[in-house]
Amino acid sequence: MSYRRTRAILIKELRHILRDSRSLALALAMPAMMLLLYGYALSLDVDHIPVMVYDQDGTDASRNLVRQFQGSRFFEIRGFGGYGEIRRAIDRSKILIGIVIPRGFSGEVASGRGAAVQLLVDGTDSNTSAIAVGYAEGVVQAYSAEWRARGGMPPAAPAIDARARVWYNSSLQSRNYIVPGLIAVILMILAGQLTSLTIAREWEMGTMEQVLSTPLRPTEMVFGKMLAYFLVGLADSAVALVVGVSVFSVPFRGNVLLLALTTCLFLFGVMFWGIFVSAGAKTQAEAFQLGILTTFLPGFLMSGFVFAIDTMPKVIQVISLAVPARYFVTTLKALFLKGVGLHVLWPQLVFLAVFAGLVFLRAVSKLKRQKVA
Amino acid sequence: MPAIIETHGLTRRFGGLTAVDHLDLSIEAGEIFGLVGPDGAGKTTTLRMLTSLLDPTEGSARVAGRDVVREPQAVKDQIGYMAQRFGLYLDLTVQENMDFYADLFGIVGAERKALAAELLHMTRMDPFRNRQAGQLSGGMKQKLALMCTLLHRPRILFLDEPTNGVDPVSRRDFWTILYQLLKDGITILMTTAYLDEAERCNRVGLMYKGRLIRCDTPAALKREAGSEDLEGVFVGTIRAAAALEER
Ligand SMILES: Nc1ncnc2c1ncn2[C@@H]1O[C@H](COP(=O)(O)OP(=O)(O)OP(=O)(O)O)[C@@H](O)[C@H]1O
Ligand SMILES: [Mg+2]
Repeated sequence: MSYRRTRAILIKELRHILRDSRSLALALAMPAMMLLLYGYALSLDVDHIPVMVYDQDGTDASRNLVRQFQGSRFFEIRGFGGYGEIRRAIDRSKILIGIVIPRGFSGEVASGRGAAVQLLVDGTDSNTSAIAVGYAEGVVQAYSAEWRARGGMPPAAPAIDARARVWYNSSLQSRNYIVPGLIAVILMILAGQLTSLTIAREWEMGTMEQVLSTPLRPTEMVFGKMLAYFLVGLADSAVALVVGVSVFSVPFRGNVLLLALTTCLFLFGVMFWGIFVSAGAKTQAEAFQLGILTTFLPGFLMSGFVFAIDTMPKVIQVISLAVPARYFVTTLKALFLKGVGLHVLWPQLVFLAVFAGLVFLRAVSKLKRQKVA
Repeated sequence: MPAIIETHGLTRRFGGLTAVDHLDLSIEAGEIFGLVGPDGAGKTTTLRMLTSLLDPTEGSARVAGRDVVREPQAVKDQIGYMAQRFGLYLDLTVQENMDFYADLFGIVGAERKALAAELLHMTRMDPFRNRQAGQLSGGMKQKLALMCTLLHRPRILFLDEPTNGVDPVSRRDFWTILYQLLKDGITILMTTAYLDEAERCNRVGLMYKGRLIRCDTPAALKREAGSEDLEGVFVGTIRAAAALEER
C-alpha cells in the first residue's frame, strides 16, 4: 500500500466533499435533525401535565411561581394540598407531579443562598415523566430569570433548583436509554450512507475506468475514501453527541477518550461496510438501496436500542451478533449512564475492531474482483 | 523487432455475445496502430483487455512483455489509457486532476513539475490550469485526459476514440501532440471513427463483429481493395463480410 496514492485519494475525496456544499450541509445537519425527530417521536409529546401544588411558603414569591406553572401550556394544576393528598393523587394516577414549595422559600430566594423547589414525580411511565420533569425544570428556570430581572433575587445568586424525587422508577430510565442508542443507530445509517455512494458514483460518472488503468491498488482506494468520509462521520458524531447531551440533557458519565475510541472503531467498520456495498453496485441508486437496507433495518431492529434483543427469535438474535450497532449501542449506553470503563467494555471494542478489519478485507477483495464490464 | 503488444486468440464473451473473437494482433514498438470498425465491433473491449481492465474469456495477451491477466500491475505501470468516455473529475481543476494522476503514478518533485509544465505547454492548456474540468470544451477535455495518461512517460499509449466530438482545429492539435510522442519513441494503439485519422497510422486493423478482418498499412489495404481511400476499403470489406454471413 502506497502512502502517496492513499493520500491522493483522500485529498481528491475531500475536494469532492467540500465542493458539494449542499450535500455537506445536509450530511452535517442530518444527525441533529434525525435525533430531534426520533428523539421526540419516541418520547411522545406531552402537555397538560396534571400537577398538584403544596405551597408551604404562601408568599408573593411562591404564589408567583405557582402562577408561572398555571401560565405554561405544559401544565395543568389539578388542586392544592399537602404531602398526603399528593401521594394519594399520584397513587390514583390523578397527577404526574407534586410541586412542593418549601417554607422559607421567599427568604432563600431573596438572600440568594440558592432556593430549591421539590418535585415529587410518578415514575411509572418513565418516558413521559422524564419529559415532564424537564418541562418543570424549564418553568422554574424561567421563573428564576424573571425574578432576578425584577430585582427579587441578587444578580449573583444561583438559579432556583428544581429537585425531582421520583417514585416507583427512580432513575427514569427510558429516555436516557433511548437517546444514546438512538445516536448509535443514526450514526450507523449516516456513516453507511456517506460511503455507500462513493464507488458507485465513480462507476456512474465513468471515472472508475480511468482510475483503474493506473497502478492504484484497491486497498488504497478503499482506505483513502474511508478516511475522507471518516472526517465527516466524526463531525456528525460530535453533532449527535452535543445535541443528545444539550437538548435531551442525557447525562454523560463515562470517559471521553473511550467514547472517542469506540466512535472511531464503529465509524471505520460502518464506513468500510458502505464501501463494500458500493463496490458491488454500478449505479448510485442500487448502492443507495442496498445501503439503506443493510444499515437501517439492522440498526433499528437488531441493535437493541429500543427492542430488547433477548426477546427476539433465535435466528434474529444470532444475526444481531454481526450488527456493529448492537455493540456501539451497548457501549454508548454504558458510557452515558453508568460511566463504566475499558475493563468492562473491552469485548465490545474488540468486536468493533474485528468487524472493521473483516469488512475492510471483504471490501478490498470485492473491489479487486470488480472489472470494468 | 519484437512485438510490444501481442495477442493470441484473444476472446471475450458477454453471455451469448462474443464481443472479441480470437484476435491475433502483433504491434511493434514505436508504431502507431489504428483500430477501426463499426459500432459494437469490439474495439473498446479489446483495449480494456490489453490494459488489464477486463479479463479475457479465452486466449492471452502480452503488453510490454507482461501477461495482462497475471501481471496487471506491471502492465499498468507501463501504459497510459484514455477511455472512450471522459473519465476525469468534473469538479476538480485541470491542475488538481493532473496532480491526482501524478500521485497515482508516483511522479514527484522536479520531474513532476517539469513534465506537467511541458505537457501544459505542448497542449496549450496553460491558461486553463485552474479551470474545473466540467467547464472545459470537448477538445480541451480530451487534451486534459491525454495529459493525465502521459504524466508517467508510459511506453505504450492506448487511446479509445480520443478525438470523438472534437472540432477539426483541436483534432489537428491533437495529432501534432501524437506525432511528438511518436518521435519520443512511444507506441500508440488507438481506435477511431475517423478514417482520415486511420490513414495517418502506420497500420490499420479493421474489426467487424469481434473479428479482425483486415490488418495492414493503409496503402496496402487500398491497393488490395482497389480503392482511392480507406472509406472505400472499409465499406467494401464490411459489405462483403456481411454478405458472406447472409449465406
Ligand atoms: N459489459 C458488457 N456487458 C455486455 N455486453 C457488452 C459489455 N461491454 C460490451 N458489450 C458488447 O460487446 C460488443 C462490443 O462492444 P465494444 O464496446 O467493445 O464495441 P466498440 O467497437 O468499442 O463500439 P463503439 O464504436 O460503439 O465504441 C457490443 O455488442 C457491446 O454491446
Ligand atoms: Mg468503443
